[in-house]
Amino acid sequence: MAAPQLLVHDEKDNVGVVVVEGLTANTDMLCVITHDNSDFRLTAGADIPIGHKVALKDLKEGDTVIKYGEDIGKMVGDAPKGGHVHTHNCKTKRW
Amino acid sequence: MAYDASNLTVQGWRRENGRVGVRNHVIILPVDDISNAACEAVANNVKGTMALPHAYGRLQFGEDLDLHFRTMIGTGANPNVAAVIVIGIEPEWTKVIVDGIAKTGKPVTGFSIEQNGDFETIRAASWTAKEYVHWATELQKEECPLTDLWVSTKCGESDTTTGLSSCPTVGNMYDKLIPNGLYGCFGETSEITGAEHICEKRGATPEASAKFMKIFQAYQDDVIFAHQTDDLSDSQPTKGNILGGLTTIEEKALGNLEKIGRDCTYIDALEPAEAPEKGRGLYFMDTSSAAAECVTLMAAAGYVVHTFPTGQGNVVGNPIVPVIKISGNPRTLRTMSEHIDVDVTGVLTREMTIDQAGDALIDMIRRTANGRATAAEALGHREFVMTKLYRSA
Repeated sequence: MAAPQLLVHDEKDNVGVVVVEGLTANTDMLCVITHDNSDFRLTAGADIPIGHKVALKDLKEGDTVIKYGEDIGKMVGDAPKGGHVHTHNCKTKRW
Repeated sequence: MAYDASNLTVQGWRRENGRVGVRNHVIILPVDDISNAACEAVANNVKGTMALPHAYGRLQFGEDLDLHFRTMIGTGANPNVAAVIVIGIEPEWTKVIVDGIAKTGKPVTGFSIEQNGDFETIRAASWTAKEYVHWATELQKEECPLTDLWVSTKCGESDTTTGLSSCPTVGNMYDKLIPNGLYGCFGETSEITGAEHICEKRGATPEASAKFMKIFQAYQDDVIFAHQTDDLSDSQPTKGNILGGLTTIEEKALGNLEKIGRDCTYIDALEPAEAPEKGRGLYFMDTSSAAAECVTLMAAAGYVVHTFPTGQGNVVGNPIVPVIKISGNPRTLRTMSEHIDVDVTGVLTREMTIDQAGDALIDMIRRTANGRATAAEALGHREFVMTKLYRSA
């Protein structure tokens, strides 16, 4: 298999992680779900740094962000499918 | 099929109390901050010794003083240490630490500065230190089961790659070696925040789970809520974590917990620097998530090898315990590979499985125990940092 640009922990997740340097907008990404090694494709919506998260579907303000199959916080802004999810639009529910 | 570690052995030093050490240090241990200078002078006089200067040890009291003594005694008692010189400003606290270390059966002598001055203390301590070096350097290694090692873990400068690669690598190592009798230890109370419900379920007994939750809640009440300004977002996740793509404390905690594998359960929850007493298996320890503090506490509890996953590139080491760095972040391997012992970038490119990464780590633990200097040792990282619970009297 070619090296993926995006890894997803769990099939329930709605975000994945960029695992290559220098990813640019409009890249047709090979995405692999590490849990079962299944794959799919997704177009990057922006230049996204290595390690940062990408929305696997349209996420709206208030949506719960799922990673590792678990709740990791809530959207405080919108992110389109393929868009960057980070501190500018996602926050813990704890504080 | 269950992993069989029975054929894995290392060459180590079997100490007087039966524990196995993988280093053979003669240390010069200050009881307090003002004895650092004398300790460093002795270490300068006698090659093959190492001073462990630190910032505390005066006017501490209560639980904080107990932790100070536990850390000092535990550091001297660690099987990676062959013999110890203890130097304090006055004889009484010096004796407390000497007597604690002496229980292991290893050579230890205390010196105090009052009524002697630095010169006379350094002279007397140097003679004894030199005798210890001659004695320790003649000790022979012997073949010991790998699973007689005590191996701790803590990650640092985490990012999203640690949760995908280096933390599950440690988890895979524990899943293989803990059932074969390894002592393991994980901690970082603040960085389990967000995944405490998962950690609670990983207790081997209801008592272990309850003890963990009590420690976790005490941390929330006594530290977070007592001192919080707005929230922890300014320090958890750290700025380095955020640069690496981690957004929330929950996300960080879930990645962190990958270090205890799929199947491991912890048999007890320990106080900081408390030695495990319930036999072989995995332990949780109440520690800070600051790397040097955490590694120092685990070393004081008796752990002899530390496994340290890093994403963005934490460079920490420890004076007496080899710290093995594991990273899967290709940018970190490209920009600061001198700090990394085990490269698991192949996990992200799907060229390496977690099972293979776990085997590579076990091999590096074996080589490190046999004498390979870790990156942190080669680069002189000797961070020895005491945990302080509250201000001194």
